[in-house]
Amino acid sequence: MSPLLRVDRLVTGIGAARVVDGVSFDVAAGETYALLGESGCGKSMTALSLMRLLPDGGRILSGHVQLGETDVLALPERDMRRVRGGQMAMVFQEPMLALNPVIKVGDQIGEALSLHQGLNGQAARDAARALLDSVGVPDAARRLDSYPFELSGGLRQRMMIAMALAGEPSLLIADEPTTALDVTIQAQVLDVLRNLRAKRRMGMLLITHDLGVVAENADRVGVMYAGELLEEGARDAFFAAPQHPYSRMLFEALPRTGDAGRLTTIAGQVPRLDTQLRGCRFAPRCPFAIARCHAESPGWQELDGQRVRCHLAGSLPAGSVRERVTHPVAAHTPQPLLQVEGLKVHFPIRRGLIQRTVGHVRAVDDVDLTIQAGRTLALVGESGCGKTTVGKALLRLIEPTAGTIMLGGKAVPAKNMPTLRRQAQMVFQDPFSSLNPRMRVADILLEGMDALGVGARGERRGAVARLLDQVGLPDDAGGRYPHAFSGGQRQRIAIARALAVSPRLVICDEPTSALDVSVQAQILNLLKDLQADLGLAYLFITHNLAVVEYLAHDVAVMYLGRIVEQGQAGAVLRTPRHPYTQALVSAVPRIEPPAGQTVIRLAGDQPSPLNPPVGCHFHPRCPHASAVCRQTYPERTDLGGGHWVRCHWVAAQG
Amino acid sequence: MFAYILRRLLYAIPILIGVNLLTFALFFVVNTPDDMARLQLGAKHVTPEAIERWKVEHGYDKPLLLNTRVTGSAQLTDTLFFKRSAAMFAFEFGKGDDGRDIGNEIRTRMGPSLAIALPVFVVGLLVNITFALLMVFFRATYLDVWGVVLCVVLMSISGLFYIIAGQYFIAKLWNLLPISGYTGGIHGLKFILLPVLVSVVAGIGSGSRWYRTIFLEEIGKDYVRTARAKGLSEIRVLFRHVLKNGMIPILTGAVVVLPLLFMGSLITESFFGIPGLGSYTIDAIQAQDFSVVRAMVFLGSFLYIVGLILTDISYSWVDPRVRLQ
Ligand SMILES: Nc1ncnc2c1ncn2[C@@H]1O[C@H](COP(=O)(O)OP(=O)(O)O)[C@@H](O)[C@H]1O
Ligand code: SF4
Ligand code: SF4
Ligand SMILES: [Mg+2]
Repeated sequence: MSPLLRVDRLVTGIGAARVVDGVSFDVAAGETYALLGESGCGKSMTALSLMRLLPDGGRILSGHVQLGETDVLALPERDMRRVRGGQMAMVFQEPMLALNPVIKVGDQIGEALSLHQGLNGQAARDAARALLDSVGVPDAARRLDSYPFELSGGLRQRMMIAMALAGEPSLLIADEPTTALDVTIQAQVLDVLRNLRAKRRMGMLLITHDLGVVAENADRVGVMYAGELLEEGARDAFFAAPQHPYSRMLFEALPRTGDAGRLTTIAGQVPRLDTQLRGCRFAPRCPFAIARCHAESPGWQELDGQRVRCHLAGSLPAGSVRERVTHPVAAHTPQPLLQVEGLKVHFPIRRGLIQRTVGHVRAVDDVDLTIQAGRTLALVGESGCGKTTVGKALLRLIEPTAGTIMLGGKAVPAKNMPTLRRQAQMVFQDPFSSLNPRMRVADILLEGMDALGVGARGERRGAVARLLDQVGLPDDAGGRYPHAFSGGQRQRIAIARALAVSPRLVICDEPTSALDVSVQAQILNLLKDLQADLGLAYLFITHNLAVVEYLAHDVAVMYLGRIVEQGQAGAVLRTPRHPYTQALVSAVPRIEPPAGQTVIRLAGDQPSPLNPPVGCHFHPRCPHASAVCRQTYPERTDLGGGHWVRCHWVAAQG
Repeated sequence: MFAYILRRLLYAIPILIGVNLLTFALFFVVNTPDDMARLQLGAKHVTPEAIERWKVEHGYDKPLLLNTRVTGSAQLTDTLFFKRSAAMFAFEFGKGDDGRDIGNEIRTRMGPSLAIALPVFVVGLLVNITFALLMVFFRATYLDVWGVVLCVVLMSISGLFYIIAGQYFIAKLWNLLPISGYTGGIHGLKFILLPVLVSVVAGIGSGSRWYRTIFLEEIGKDYVRTARAKGLSEIRVLFRHVLKNGMIPILTGAVVVLPLLFMGSLITESFFGIPGLGSYTIDAIQAQDFSVVRAMVFLGSFLYIVGLILTDISYSWVDPRVRLQ
């Protein structure tokens, strides 16, 4: 049987760069083919080439794309329009940006229905409603009249999918469809895509950087690097034994359960694509490279069903490329460093003529936390649940509404900011906006020391050199500006800035979520090293449970402004007790799903903290909710070993 | 929404008071009535008596803020500030140096000003949007490049050139339209056409280049790619998706000048002999008639504030993101 989509030696250029260079693959009807790779490796450009929707300046230079009977690249633009959205449809990454902000979603879907099915008026409305039902949008009829900004991220992405389905495509291209979504929502959307593909026997090209998503959704996998496909194979074979050094390093860069060792990092950077490239493109970063690799580009080789482009295919040394360094676990009696009790942050909402306060957003509502010296407490939860606000309130970057903060057993008076700042510092999520672009790196590091009067004036320059060395930046970095650095390097600068005042606690707010896995691995390694060397405590704010497992000693799970479960990382993540934690853990796409785990899927979205549900905040989504949950907020139930939850259901189990 | 508009209106009050105080300071404190009299009388005739007489004739003989010569509330009201500045809130502008009532003049001259300014505004908007859309449709081709070059050239030419060239060719050489003048009613049409045409052409360069930038910014956004991915034609993408979003900044940018259309255009009206507020202002400046200039400054500020409020309202009207929140 001939495949649904056949891409043959596709070459796409943007300006002087060949962003897709000789890519070939097939997708069969009813099959999901995953295109995997780190950002900038050409996945999106491959997809846009298939749709012939390249950005200005982009051109398909050569190659062949066959979709069913259609020779896609040979079609005149007029006919191509019938293919686009008809035979082949696409779902994009950022659902907020990808929908027109000033047109109702029903009309945006209707447009595609009118174009490809000739449906208009009431017929189109009915069809649109049926589409929304099929992608699981609750209350579909009313939602048709919403504008995109009125919808949550998950709903917007469902709208995008409904729109893509309007032309009944035989191939659906999904470019990072869930990257911008929370895990529980990601799980919902991936389920929708999987079911639709099976029901409609569509072929699906799934573009992602997430190995877990690939493992749970793909039938076959292709790995891209620097515009080329490096390895291709069936999912099971690929996950059992990735053959290409790059694939293997991607695996080992990923933090995994029960793993105390260092993560593999990939040195160097992806080569620039606008230069003449000789030999294997991965050679400058490959630990196995031999002389031939630099001279000669490897061809495809077959290895029990997998195809690899590597000179050493099949003869790579077995086992891990990972350095096995385990950190000595410091034997210590837990010593509380920072304790918060009853922390509340309420933001007033003002309305009307005189800007009267009409209500409060309860971003943080009665949170207790204890961070032990030299240990890592992870604060996990979905976006908007109040994690960042907790972090900022601890440092009084936001003034808390209520609550006491104790540092080393002593209460921190509201006035005494310098003491607090010398003890605790923060590293933010976005390394691009958190560093002042007009200051040299050395001045960025000196700023904090000067402000807090750390160290003698004459010694500060020396301290800068030591800091740069500590975070693994070159000596000359101090004289340069932040824009000269990559995302991972900037995050190192941010860490160095935090360390400049020798704090005992660093609050890290999603420090790796904007980074690729191999760069994330470098930062996680660095954080672990610094903890071992300096005895730092971390409050690690994240939504990424794999990172938590790798890095954290203790975990607090947050939902809608409150902590619902807390305890040692192993206990909470392996035997979660709170229904929300259970769903969260279950929603994470995994390479090796833990045996015997039941799949739990949450319905709906996290409600607004403006008027949270009465009683247990989680009850509208909770599979175990009972009458009492709708009335009273549960007390703590102690499970031993510092592990506790707030849940009536758990309490009733005894 | 209602509370929002009301709040904007309330904000406008202190601004207007500020404008009033500022014009008062400029016209009476910095440039005192004595100075005005001296200017008007000319160096030859300046004697203290002549100045006093001029001030009495023109109603500038009162104290600035506090009249100690009278009693009661008249101490405050029988002053220059109350009679000449605060009165402007009631649109009482008094008389100009030629003895005519300024308020009356404004009312009769608004019509001719609008007769030119309104068509220029509407036609200009349509023409500029059309040109901008054309350039965007042919973006990154020679047509677009030359379009931009043409815009820059058109922008760099002085406005006076368009007027003179228009009058010379269309009126004088080809005798198509009268060179200047104005009458009301349908017969006035032939007088309006030339100034409108000239003003629209003079505005094409900057207008369409600005709108082109707005549309180009929109066209780079993700939702446009989504629209194309649906299979929509480039024309549909432009008209349905890009235009709709691009019109938000364009409309709100246009609304702010809407009330100012009443003031007409200084240069166009003078050159074409239109008896509007623009030429009234120019004449007053030449005659150094401070009462009129002061009235026009106040009126202009007032209309500008109205424009800003209208902008806010129109913003929330055209953009659902603002309207529904
Ligand atoms: N609009 C654009 N103009 C020029 N170059 C681009 C554009 N978009 C992407 N690129 C370049 O194309 C290459 C591949 O990008 P992309 O396909 O988006 O990667 P991926 O989807 O794998 O993250 C990168 O080098 C990127 O810098
Ligand atoms: S060809 Fe050589 S450099 Fe390239 S991946 Fe294989 S071993 Fe490494
Ligand atoms: S308290 Fe009730 S609603 Fe809340 S998590 Fe427990 S069972 Fe669910
Ligand atoms: Mg991409």
